Amino acid sequence: MTNVLTGVEVGTQLPSIQIPAISRTTLALFAGSSGDHNPIHLDVDIARSAGLDDVFAQGMLSMAYLGRLLTDWAPQQSLRSFEVRFGAITPIHAEPYLAGRVSAIETVGLERRATVEVSVTLPDGTVTLTGTAVIAVD
Amino acid sequence: MSIPSSVIGRELPAVQSTIERGRLRFFAESIGERNPVYTDLDAARDAGYPDLPVPPTFLFGLKLDGQAPLGWITDLGVDPRFVLHGTQRFEYERMAFAGDDLVLRPRITDLFEKRGGALEFLVVSTTVTRGTETVAVISETIVVRHPEKEAVA
Repeated sequence: MTNVLTGVEVGTQLPSIQIPAISRTTLALFAGSSGDHNPIHLDVDIARSAGLDDVFAQGMLSMAYLGRLLTDWAPQQSLRSFEVRFGAITPIHAEPYLAGRVSAIETVGLERRATVEVSVTLPDGTVTLTGTAVIAVD
Repeated sequence: MSIPSSVIGRELPAVQSTIERGRLRFFAESIGERNPVYTDLDAARDAGYPDLPVPPTFLFGLKLDGQAPLGWITDLGVDPRFVLHGTQRFEYERMAFAGDDLVLRPRITDLFEKRGGALEFLVVSTTVTRGTETVAVISETIVVRHPEKEAVA
């Protein structure tokens, strides 16, 4: 497994991904597949009892989408670390837009590593997640 | 009520998990994954993998496979409805694949507060191992809201 990305430089943009509107079905399926059964994402009665108008998407769903952004671009074995900050709730029916850009390249030991700044943005401009991933490149 | 600082250093119950192909395919479907490496065994092997790979964020949910996964939160007197995910980090040592037996060992590594105690932050760090090898270290910040303190703060 030596397939490592070449031609990466500061400013390189990752191919962006537009996620279709998040449905209640998606939240239910992700609860089952991810293991996060917190009813605040599934049960509007529970959400309302906590003072919310409706359920909202699991934060880890958006992070999983960002994982797709990264592994569409680079083979997963190149991924060294991946972290995000959850800045805002993702409402039901939201349409997240995923973007990434190389912000730095450094050499660690014998490996050249790109730092990728990633973000998830909703159509109204709300940034729900920001984060960084470190990926080995050629 | 606030969380006692004595929780720092507390080990939470370890979780043993065998990675199943079907669960990985279900996860891939639920996130709209189109890369066949994550669902098609032949594509995974063509990519040089021994089996379907565990995608980057999947490990997080394995911690929740134990009995009463939110039990440690309610044991602290915290209402899970008022818990938010603040940050999430993964450090990868090596990839994991379908068929792997993984052990996850979570530990509370920090506790701090903001806004006069209206928000408390718990840091949980989890090592993921396969036999004697470390697969990844997972760290998250969990935000506990105390709305009754927000009212007076």
